[in-house]
Amino acid sequence: MTYIRPTFRHPDLPKNKINFTKKDYEGALSTLCAGCGHDSISGAIAQACFELSVEPHRIAKLSGIGCSSKTPAYFLGNSHGFNSVHGRMPSVATGAYLANRDLLYFGVSGDGDSASIGMGQFVHAIRRNLNMVYLVMNNGCYGLTKGQDSATADNGSKSKAGSVNQFNAIDLVGLSMELGATFVARSFSGDKAQLIPLIKAAIKHPGFAFIDVISPCVTFNNNVGSTKSYDYVREHIEATSTVDFVPIMEEITANYEDSKEITLHDGSALQLQKLHQGWNPEDKLSAMIALQNAKEKGEILTGLVYIEPNTNALHDVLQTAKTPLNILNEDVLCPGIDALEALNESLR
Amino acid sequence: MTKINDFVVRFANVNGTGSASANSMFAKAIFRMGIPVTPKNIFPSNIQGLPTWYEVRVSEKGYLGRREGIDLMVSVNPQSMLKDVESVRSGGYFMYDSTKPLHKEYIREDITYLGIPLMGICMEQYTDPRQRQLFKNIIYVGALSALLDIEFAVLEQLLAEQFKGKEKLVAPNVQALQLGVKYVKENFTFPLEIRVERRDLVGKRILFDGNGACGLGAVYAGATVAAWYPITPSTSVVEKFEKYAKKFRTDKETGEKNFAIVQAEDELAAIGMVIGANWNGARSFTATSGPGVSLMNEFLGLGYFAEIPAVLIDVQRTGPSTGMPTRTQQSDITISAYASHGDTKHVLLFPSNPKDCFELTADAFDLAERLQTPIIVLTDLDLGMNDHMSEPFEWNPERKYDRGKVYTAEDLENMGRFGRYLDSDGDGIPYRTYPGTHPTKGSYFTRGTSRDEYAVYTEDSAVYVKNMQRLEKKWDTAKEIVPKPYFYQEKNMSPLGVIFFGTSTYSSEEAIDLLREQDVVLDAMQLKAFPFNKDVEQFIEDHEVVFVIEQNRDAQMRSLLINELEINPKKLIRVLNYDGMPITADKIVKEISKNLVTN
Repeated sequence: MTYIRPTFRHPDLPKNKINFTKKDYEGALSTLCAGCGHDSISGAIAQACFELSVEPHRIAKLSGIGCSSKTPAYFLGNSHGFNSVHGRMPSVATGAYLANRDLLYFGVSGDGDSASIGMGQFVHAIRRNLNMVYLVMNNGCYGLTKGQDSATADNGSKSKAGSVNQFNAIDLVGLSMELGATFVARSFSGDKAQLIPLIKAAIKHPGFAFIDVISPCVTFNNNVGSTKSYDYVREHIEATSTVDFVPIMEEITANYEDSKEITLHDGSALQLQKLHQGWNPEDKLSAMIALQNAKEKGEILTGLVYIEPNTNALHDVLQTAKTPLNILNEDVLCPGIDALEALNESLR
Repeated sequence: MTKINDFVVRFANVNGTGSASANSMFAKAIFRMGIPVTPKNIFPSNIQGLPTWYEVRVSEKGYLGRREGIDLMVSVNPQSMLKDVESVRSGGYFMYDSTKPLHKEYIREDITYLGIPLMGICMEQYTDPRQRQLFKNIIYVGALSALLDIEFAVLEQLLAEQFKGKEKLVAPNVQALQLGVKYVKENFTFPLEIRVERRDLVGKRILFDGNGACGLGAVYAGATVAAWYPITPSTSVVEKFEKYAKKFRTDKETGEKNFAIVQAEDELAAIGMVIGANWNGARSFTATSGPGVSLMNEFLGLGYFAEIPAVLIDVQRTGPSTGMPTRTQQSDITISAYASHGDTKHVLLFPSNPKDCFELTADAFDLAERLQTPIIVLTDLDLGMNDHMSEPFEWNPERKYDRGKVYTAEDLENMGRFGRYLDSDGDGIPYRTYPGTHPTKGSYFTRGTSRDEYAVYTEDSAVYVKNMQRLEKKWDTAKEIVPKPYFYQEKNMSPLGVIFFGTSTYSSEEAIDLLREQDVVLDAMQLKAFPFNKDVEQFIEDHEVVFVIEQNRDAQMRSLLINELEINPKKLIRVLNYDGMPITADKIVKEISKNLVTN
């Protein structure tokens, strides 16, 4: 388990624009294994929300079942959380999002939760373009049941017990792009410099933002021969570009030749440098080619993969009222007795 | 023997030939003449081609259950003709298309044949094949109006209403009706021995389907999020919800909607969305049938244990498995009452007519939020998909939605630590908060795992047991606030009692009358909800023998009564019908009489 965290905090902890310190974005003590990649991701989520000055109570955290799905208890303690049932977080998130369009929805799932039991719900959440961040902590195995292969384990990858996976892996990044996700990224739990700006951009994205984060399982899948071990991932990682998140009103300083800037929906921007050859994040075809090329070379492509900055999310498609549905009362919702009497009359 | 306002007409049609609207016009015309009617569709799981029947019972006495014995068969389907001839009661009538002569195997000596060359007339009158088919239906309705004395002006009026906005279609339809009338006048002695006479027995009552009433109830109750997966026979619940929500909840200028409907990828997702929306403070519901309830079990358990409101309308059909998808049953009682693994129980409501569907659906939303638990409204195919004569819908204009125990930001500001699962009021019902209420107070982690009163994960046995006991206390609270049973007598009059619910009500009421004619007196109780309260227990205690009438093989309601109230099983006698057709009074009388003899 993770070691006890000191409760003492420096009285002059830096505050963000809305007067919250980083402590306000922390959660309960993690009960995951020491060194678990998931804990780094939890930290990155908290850091991103702190830096973006998001009011903690305006975020709803949702998850399914598994190691990854436990993490919402370990970040954003001032946010409502919902640890639902296995593979069903997308439907719960859909309902929550329909009920109140004003909150930010942060879904956390794992490779078992999304690529196996929850595959049906995962793909349909993408189709519906929910306005949410959907982050998969991908370790290629079932941690809570002690290390069975998951559907994202690579063909040929060796488990701790020595068995070799003989089935093809499901690539959630390629799949989500195919299904029309409007923000697609992959990252690595060991690369916070890349992960934090990606999470920030995902939060700002007005539609379904998918981030697949390779997050090695230190206990069951960090052995030699595993393609999801820290060593293997570090050796095979290949970034589409470096990523910087630039908040609104902040001037973009550096401007190299080999760079690109993407203005996000709210005016903030993503600054990308050292662009992968032939790759344009706003061109789906080039993104898919880059992904396929990396795969053939045995590389793990990380960074922003594809983005469509302006998109119509589900509420736009459904033409739902701007006022959140959950605060409407009988005065607006009940058609009243005159309408009922007219209806009765039409049924006689 | 002349039978005024007391007969059954059955139409034998081919699915997908447009017969439904002609047949329902026939039923509505009789209803408009002030005479109680019960129309029922008996249809296949098919879009086009298979046999389908439409049965109309006309009852001066106001009996709305199904009755065996066809007085007049309108046969327009050669596929089912042999069976249709056989099903006419002795002395009845058989109307058929006489364009081709009737084969001798269809001839019975004890019934009267009314041959009308429907196809011949259509071939002569119309050139368009579609028109030939559609008007054939209208022509037989015209013929029936003459044979049964249905007022022609009423039919004309119904056509005018049906084609409002498409007035051009009225005249050809009226003309088709007249073709039928003309043929009868020239060829038969009319009216028949069975016929209608105008009465004033309908009053302010309406003719509507249960599914539509559930959908309307959800609109009135302030449901804003509907998530569903299409399944017969529940589909029209959400379709009607959408129809009325569009009408009443769309901003005329902006087109913005005060509701959201999602057709989910399956029933698991549908109930998941409902749970998510309710968790976030919106009133949300889904509608399904038995196979959907099976799939929803997991989330129903979560709703029970994590204490999240939800409304589920289960329009029951014939099971098990895919069963007979277009036939009726009351066979989801056990699975609904105890849905999901572990110790779970759910509140059930049993509507028995469209007005009940409207009211109990609306009540379900109040109960779900008051009790913070899923509420299952158990209707069925017979109620959901057929028009029923019902008292008109009523709504108290003063009614406020009961949103249950929810802390506002102000409440949180003025209190100490918030405990999501604290039993502050001693009724087993804790307080909840909606996400986004307060910047630093009131947030909590919702989970299906065990937790303490402050929603913190725990595997402490004592804490777990205390929580389970509180849920049981909440269950006891539910007993007091769910709709009470309806008693047909002010004081018990007999050692014999009878219990029924839902659509078994119509035929049970008729059976009670029929038995009384044989000097068998029964005290009656109609169940409206589960859990059972003290009144239910008392009724059973006060009688020596109680018949439990229901439409399933395993006597599921009887089992639930025995299980929950610890009743001696010998005292509860099963009266069952599970062939997929609505139970009849004759069947009930036969079963009860048989038991009275042996006892």
